[in-house]
Amino acid sequence: MTAATEVDRLVATHGSEPPALMDIARDIQAAEGCVSPERQRQIAERLDMRIAEVRAFVGFYSFLTEEPQGSIVIRLCDDVVDRMKGFDRVRDAFEEALGVSVGETTPDGAITLTTTPCIGLSDQAPAALIGDVPVPFLSSDRARDIVSSLRVHADPTRLVTRMGDGKNRHPLVRSMVRNNLERPGTFIFGPEYRGEAIRKALSMTPFEVIRTIKTARLRGRGGAGFPTGMKWEFTRVARGARKFIVCNADEGEPGTFKDRVILTELPDRVIAGMTVAGYALGAREGLFYLRGEYAYLRPYLEDVLERRRADGLLGRDILGKRGFDFDVEIRMGAGSYLCGEETALLNSCEGRPGDARDRPPFPAESGYLGFPTSVNNVETLCCVAKILEHGAATFAELGLQQSTGTKVLSVSGDCTRPGIYEVPFGTTLEAVLEMSGGEGAGAVLVGGPSGTWVNPEGFGRRIAFEDLATGGAIVVFGPDRDLLVALEGYADFFAEESCGYCTPCRVGTQLIQRYLQRFREGRADQGDLDGLLRVARTLKTTSRCGLGQTAGNPVLTTLQSFSQVLEAGLPAVGTRRAAFDLEASVAGARALRGGDHV
Amino acid sequence: MSDRVTFMLDGHRIEAYRSQTIMDAAIEAGVYIPRLCHVPGLDPWGSCRVCTVKVNGRPCAACIQPAMDGATVENDTDELNAWRRELVEMLFVGGNHFCMSCEKSGNCELQAMAYRLGVTAPTHPYLAPERDVDASHPDIMLDHNRCILCARCVRTSRDLDGKQVFGFVYRGAERRIAVDPGVRLKDSEADVTDRALDACPVGALLRKRQGFQVPVGGRAYDHEPIGATDGEAEGAPDGASDGESLEPAASAGREAS
Repeated sequence: MTAATEVDRLVATHGSEPPALMDIARDIQAAEGCVSPERQRQIAERLDMRIAEVRAFVGFYSFLTEEPQGSIVIRLCDDVVDRMKGFDRVRDAFEEALGVSVGETTPDGAITLTTTPCIGLSDQAPAALIGDVPVPFLSSDRARDIVSSLRVHADPTRLVTRMGDGKNRHPLVRSMVRNNLERPGTFIFGPEYRGEAIRKALSMTPFEVIRTIKTARLRGRGGAGFPTGMKWEFTRVARGARKFIVCNADEGEPGTFKDRVILTELPDRVIAGMTVAGYALGAREGLFYLRGEYAYLRPYLEDVLERRRADGLLGRDILGKRGFDFDVEIRMGAGSYLCGEETALLNSCEGRPGDARDRPPFPAESGYLGFPTSVNNVETLCCVAKILEHGAATFAELGLQQSTGTKVLSVSGDCTRPGIYEVPFGTTLEAVLEMSGGEGAGAVLVGGPSGTWVNPEGFGRRIAFEDLATGGAIVVFGPDRDLLVALEGYADFFAEESCGYCTPCRVGTQLIQRYLQRFREGRADQGDLDGLLRVARTLKTTSRCGLGQTAGNPVLTTLQSFSQVLEAGLPAVGTRRAAFDLEASVAGARALRGGDHV
Repeated sequence: MSDRVTFMLDGHRIEAYRSQTIMDAAIEAGVYIPRLCHVPGLDPWGSCRVCTVKVNGRPCAACIQPAMDGATVENDTDELNAWRRELVEMLFVGGNHFCMSCEKSGNCELQAMAYRLGVTAPTHPYLAPERDVDASHPDIMLDHNRCILCARCVRTSRDLDGKQVFGFVYRGAERRIAVDPGVRLKDSEADVTDRALDACPVGALLRKRQGFQVPVGGRAYDHEPIGATDGEAEGAPDGASDGESLEPAASAGREAS
């Protein structure tokens, strides 16, 4: 039995309601290397929850574990881009230096080695999270150095040797991460006018603010592109004793890292956008959901909030406006891609596993704790602040009819200048490749694995909701890359991140893995191509949320743009191949028998 | 605003209360929409997706979708039944279902659904997951191999037995039924009289020492396909109970194993 006083202390700090579960569980995990069944029992008792509910929570998030982990956890990012940039060598070096394999802990209980999906450092891959410390630009030499250093001081923060640029050097950040702000646009990354957006909003009525956002024709920047003004209006008119604004800072789409740079360089702009939303929607409470991978930014963001309170930009009677109260609280994620989906994010904030909710009802009607809630992306909120500062017309002049303003792109992969590019909507892929040194690419994945594969014939296509809609991830693949390897990597990602709630996503993502394996091993026939297609289409049509509905996209868009990747090497129609290797399959039984005869 | 709405379901006019789901309205009208996780009287769950219909051309799960006035809903179409076959197949290959040795055979809704939809043998590879059997309880067995994660036991235990014996844990391929508190059924409040046991559509939750008591020929789906009784309700449109794809009952369990 472990003393329950520690749990009591955490409850006193974080609260005794289920929404406090994430902070309590994260703190226990950090201090004790796991959230043990005994701790789960204590937490359940204090928060008045079922033990099974706490266990479901702990079991859902990959940063929380029931089984003890080492004092330090090394999470190697095994995203497709990292695999392109030498992940295998780095993993081998870590395994050799630590004397354990991925998934294991050193015998002294000091260090656990594991892998994790995209941590938002694709432009500086291969990368890892060591504790909360992001470590970019890994090599096998660096891996060995890191292990020897950790063996000496056991302190991940002391691994920070050379700090990155910009606010990565801020005393509360002190990170090796680089912004790689290759092309800051004049809009989102334009000059700062502290307090100006809120001042402008307060000179209007809340409905005028919503009308301004509508006039600007702003659409959500997370990828789906829902009109922000409409979302706000639904939330404004919905009835509720409380209302919430949630900033979705859980970018998890592989290849996306633009929100990390916005949060590092322009956090005030994001909070200003939230505050404007609070005024427009009549919400007094804001939640800022920060992905677990960006925990290193938390002290810095807390400080930003504190300074805004001191300056009268948050808190009571903001900027002297009587009765306009609004404040923001940071909530953490703990390793779940699905939590970037707005209803899963809300479940996570409420102290539940982050699986998606059924819609209707939409969050605008029934969101956080059942109250009307508007969930907006980091970049969207930035746009809000800038639209208030410069006017809707200035914003709407940029871009296209259905895609106004600029888009911040995260470019990575086989290009010479990976990083952040702010471009007006309507910019062609070709232009993006030129800017980033990705000319001659063989393929580009726009919008991450849930987006679209584009072949060179499609490089004239435009970044826009009218054409290539994207949350901002642009992954460049050189002409010699084997796309089947990338496809398998993304299939692994979706299978790993599926919550498992609905049949098509839980089983279908595994089936896609199984089929692609057959293709790689040269065992596939036309029947497998047909099966793979049926699974991908079933996912798209019948899944419960966006994860499942897009998990078949890598396969489907590959067949549109790169059909040879899957079709080359298939035997003629009507010819069947053995789906498995008989020799390999009976090897285990043969070993048990201890003989060669079958 | 009237509290009644009217929509068209495969060409038949269906009346519903505003906020009533398409599924509930269809059940009331005696029209069968194939389903596994939904049971009238329990909160909708929307996990099996077998009840996928098209509302104004857009696919959605009938059990959670509120009826909309004037909507056109497709249900018994070749296209939708093809999606359903895929989903039922996925449930088979995603678990370990051996119909020929299962006590639930003939009374199993998954097996019956496969017959109704004409799933003869899976066309997708078996995933053959490694799953546990919890036989710790003196009277009840929980076999994760046969579980389709429909949450019928979870909801029945919570809402009808007033106990909350069951929940879920882990995600993706690892997702499975959990018991409260702890990990073993014997440590829970589960009792052999719980209605949650009857709620299981497959052979995942079974009462011990009661298998194979009903001879072949007397089991729930030996003579009629699943859904047949819904279709026989008053005013049911023709064809709602058709089961032309069914095999003779005696072969139950041979194919979809």
